[in-house]
Amino acid sequence: MSKMVPVPSNSIIPERDLDKIPVLETKHLGIDFGGLTAVEDFNLTIGRTEIAGLIGPNGAGKTTVFNLLTKVYQPTRGTILLNGTDTANLNAVQVNKAGIARTFQNIRLFSNLTVEDNVKIGLHNSVNSGMFSSILRLPRHWKSERAAHEQALDLLSIFDMQDLADHEAGALPYGAQRRLEIVRALATNPSLLLLDEPAAGMNPSETAELMENIRKIRDTFQIAIMLIEHDMNLVMGICEGIAVLNYGKIIAKGTPSEIQNNPQVIEAYLGKQKEG
Amino acid sequence: MKKISKTTRSNLITYALVIVAFVVVQSLVAGGQVSSSLKGQLIPICVYICMAVSLNLTVGILGELSLGHAGFMSVGAFTGVIVAISLQGLPGPVRLLLAIVIGGATAAVAGVIVGVPVLRLQGDYLAIVTLAFGEIIKNLLNNIYVGVDSHGLHFSATDTASLGLDNGIVLINGPMGAVGIEKLSTFVAGFLLILFVLTVTLNLIRSRSGRAIMAVRDNRIAAESVGINITKYKLMAFVTSAAMAGMSGALYALNYSSVLPKKFDFNTSILVLVFVVLGGMGNIRGSIIAATVLTILPEALRAVNDYRMLLYAIVLILVMLVTNNPILKNGWNLIKEKLAFWRRKTPETAEKGVGADE
Repeated sequence: MSKMVPVPSNSIIPERDLDKIPVLETKHLGIDFGGLTAVEDFNLTIGRTEIAGLIGPNGAGKTTVFNLLTKVYQPTRGTILLNGTDTANLNAVQVNKAGIARTFQNIRLFSNLTVEDNVKIGLHNSVNSGMFSSILRLPRHWKSERAAHEQALDLLSIFDMQDLADHEAGALPYGAQRRLEIVRALATNPSLLLLDEPAAGMNPSETAELMENIRKIRDTFQIAIMLIEHDMNLVMGICEGIAVLNYGKIIAKGTPSEIQNNPQVIEAYLGKQKEG
Repeated sequence: MKKISKTTRSNLITYALVIVAFVVVQSLVAGGQVSSSLKGQLIPICVYICMAVSLNLTVGILGELSLGHAGFMSVGAFTGVIVAISLQGLPGPVRLLLAIVIGGATAAVAGVIVGVPVLRLQGDYLAIVTLAFGEIIKNLLNNIYVGVDSHGLHFSATDTASLGLDNGIVLINGPMGAVGIEKLSTFVAGFLLILFVLTVTLNLIRSRSGRAIMAVRDNRIAAESVGINITKYKLMAFVTSAAMAGMSGALYALNYSSVLPKKFDFNTSILVLVFVVLGGMGNIRGSIIAATVLTILPEALRAVNDYRMLLYAIVLILVMLVTNNPILKNGWNLIKEKLAFWRRKTPETAEKGVGADE
């Protein structure tokens, strides 16, 4: 695609974020798997403290977008600007250090380790003690371990999970595992948090609580959150801007009410609207 | 004070087990109650414990299958012999210490050479390449001649004559192995090496680096997503493991008057792997017990000489079957749950009532 094509201006950034550099800006992002184009011409801008939603029917390419943003896949086309910097030369580890953290649709915890250790692994790059100071148990080791322990419990307290700190992560109930993944992602101190179906498998009261917590996380940490979700109550309830993906392309962008009334979106989900 | 965590308690039990076993054996030896065949087994037992613990770091903690651990052992063994014999002037224990340290360092270098290209791959590749590495090292050592005289060390790849020794001694004589070794290893040195290996391993596991290593084992993609450099931590575990194998190798070689390269073949690697699997992947105390029992067992079965290897095999099969039996496993878990329930019940009431123990 030529550089002359103007990137469509984005109207869904909340007003309070308009004068700041957006946390994420993608331009003509796309990826091919062999001959198949999975994502095409994906343009999206997310404000610094925005809660954004990415929705679409199954197989639309939502998780692929997350994998592109976190460099699990290298994009075939397009650019990703994170806090205004191009991430083209970064790998998955460097992208995390640069400020994107994520959770996974099929939960990926360190299931043999304790809840606390899972969070401490998230804190890996913010606590510093090398291999030798750890083996020799130098003061530096104890200091960083204490700091990690306190930070881990602080983060766990967001979801009231301090009491589970000693439990094995793999043995937790499903909902708690999802919450732990969010805590672990938050521990890496991101500026953009990607949540891949955070409410999957949760009951309505858990989902309501999750919505509150997502808002709380945004307010406390002043970060942007982008989530993929099929639970429309959650998406319409907390997202300020929503993008709808179908067959790898964005078919609509807008506020929840705009999206709800968009005929193209209704068609993508339900097929052609019935008469009357 | 906070109550001692489960892992700390488990680690303390492991240390206590090793120390108590050492004291008991040492006093039995002093009292002359240990048979000479068992006395001869003491140092090899120490060596195999260190080997098993170090391999457990690769197999159990890092989660990568290595089939060439004996290769690193032989690198340490032959380097250790060269160091110990060429430094004639120094007292025995110092030479042994230097042999172990330099043997470990050389094995670590070998670990880096093997690990850097291979650890980028996943799964079975590492197993195959480490298997090949063990064989390559063995064949390489079959063709190396080393001698020492007043001018220093001499190396050759053809025969002893081409070393051009000026009234010196041959240290490594190709397929004849290392010859004319002084017996510098002692049981105390073996015990100290076990404590060293144990401390390094347990401290590494319970640290920021150790958590990163186990994160890579449990879920590679998730580990990357939280900013953990996979290659770095794989290499860290693998090289540490290789270094400790090299140290054990040096201790092993300096226990005999001669050591053949073919002693460190595939069978030895598998033997150590059996210790690890039998003791439980990632279970350090299990490795120690398995290495001890399975090193003593063949000697203890000398009484039924004709059938001893058969019995050894049967014991192995039975232990594997029993530890993997779902019915027995469920029973054991039930007992553990009951115990945990009891334990949970008592301290809580104690805390509310009298106040927890300090």
